[in-house]
Amino acid sequence: MLRIAKLPIAVFALFIIVFPWIARQIPVIEHYTNIMVFVGIYCLITIGLSLLMGYAGQISIGHAAFFGIGAYVSGILTAKYGMNAWACMVIGMAIAAVVAALVGAPSLKLKGHYLAMATIAFGIIVFIIFNEEIEWTGGPDGMSGIPGLSLFGFEFNSVKRYYYLVWGFVLAVFIFTVNVIQSGTGRALRAIHASEPAASAMGVDVFRFKILVFVYSAVLASLAGSFYAHYLNFINPSTFDLFFSVKLLIMIALGGMHSIWGAIVGTGLITFLSNEWLRYFEEFEIIVYGAILLFVTVLLPDGLAGVPGVVKGWFRKQVSDER
Amino acid sequence: MSADIEENVLELQGVIVTFGGLMALSDLNFKVRRGTIKAIIGPNGAGKTTLFNVITGSFPPTEGTVKFKGRPIQHLKAHKIAALGISRTFQTVELFGNMTVIENVMLGCHTKIRTSFMASGFAVPQSRRKEKQIEESALKILKFIGLADKFKDSADSLPLGEQKLLEIGRALASEPELICLDEPAAGLNETETHVASSLIKAINAKGTTVLLVEHDMKVVMNISNEILVLNYGEKIAEGPPEDVRNSHRVIDAYLGGVA
Repeated sequence: MLRIAKLPIAVFALFIIVFPWIARQIPVIEHYTNIMVFVGIYCLITIGLSLLMGYAGQISIGHAAFFGIGAYVSGILTAKYGMNAWACMVIGMAIAAVVAALVGAPSLKLKGHYLAMATIAFGIIVFIIFNEEIEWTGGPDGMSGIPGLSLFGFEFNSVKRYYYLVWGFVLAVFIFTVNVIQSGTGRALRAIHASEPAASAMGVDVFRFKILVFVYSAVLASLAGSFYAHYLNFINPSTFDLFFSVKLLIMIALGGMHSIWGAIVGTGLITFLSNEWLRYFEEFEIIVYGAILLFVTVLLPDGLAGVPGVVKGWFRKQVSDER
Repeated sequence: MSADIEENVLELQGVIVTFGGLMALSDLNFKVRRGTIKAIIGPNGAGKTTLFNVITGSFPPTEGTVKFKGRPIQHLKAHKIAALGISRTFQTVELFGNMTVIENVMLGCHTKIRTSFMASGFAVPQSRRKEKQIEESALKILKFIGLADKFKDSADSLPLGEQKLLEIGRALASEPELICLDEPAAGLNETETHVASSLIKAINAKGTTVLLVEHDMKVVMNISNEILVLNYGEKIAEGPPEDVRNSHRVIDAYLGGVA
């Protein structure tokens, strides 16, 4: 069976809990907790994308749009209408779900490159809307004044508090997704990836499952968008452009598409690269991403999650060569 | 009428399939009696796989009716037809190579579980119990087809003969009333062919009706109760093996109309 071990999850949870404390002890990395908030936010998206792309085998290069939908729904409804932030979050997810179902219904019938093209087009359309609907979104200048989050009077007004809030959600989403992967639903998704004719001949409603997982990944991206908006208190369209969709793709490709752990590791690495380690590259940053994507697709098709297998194979070869 | 339904699991009436201008199946009528093994033979391009695709819902016929247990199914999607009790294998192996042997069979049980995304996400005890049951019944099937000791292997890693058996096992997992086997012996050596044909007989002995497309005449003649011969999408003969063997039209079709 495809079993995802419990121990690594516990170790990982422990690491997340103690990370802010460790970071505080070392001045050079003190601000890493702030970056980790973004890692958590992006993980919400890439966990869903990993299920969609790695397990069900459906490509999307338009998830920046769902990320943006969450951010703008939360931003507009809280900043302009003063609605409850948590309610707006749910409304954002509901809207993302409806949009995903409407977009997914025709486009998920497409395969491979065509599906990729359709999702790119969708992403661009939504990006244009964010830019042009100035009355609602503030246009290219963005919108500010988005309030922070609070729950029963408890304000998530420090980096550390927001960090724990976001990572709490990441952990819950991670466990939920792992459960799905290990169930009959996950099996059906992987079957669709391997052979659609065989899956439907075995009674799997291929179309329904594709829509379901597309909607799920869109809802998670929207949730991430809401957290993003409330954390920065300011959003503008450039965050939700095509390049961000590609970046999400690089994150899960680097980590390993077929592994949910890969999604998290890849997200962490790419986020730290772009927010910290590649700052000096400025505009040339994109060349590094290109190099990473090239390296991974050519040499590490299973991403970092595939490294143990590659190393094992290498050792075996060395041993057999010596004989 | 009801006796007829009881007796005939599958009935095709006036089934026509055209691809553009090409007539793949023309006005096909036949019945499959419950509990029998019926073989469909014919030269390459005769329409055998097209016929399977129509029966199992890969695409609908251009015209005509396909009845399963007296109920028209020609308009239904493949997964609905699977749920009604028709299962199939593929001419070129279509296993889930990204899964283990037992997972392939467990997926075959898909029609027997209600898969709710939410229930599986929250890992409700009920859905976990169901998983256990499916695992057990999958293991039973693996024992039946002789692959129990390889249950953890990746489906990709099996030799072709075993992949063919595994496909049959996966098709059996839904406990179908009718199983459609598309060239189960293609590419197999003599020993493997023997294993496959005894397996088909064993499946039939358990009460499952078998519809079979096969090129290996030894297999066909040995195990089928009835044979239907197709040529250019038309039925040219139908009956017990010995009758078909002596039919002039069949000999003509295969040998190129020397007579």
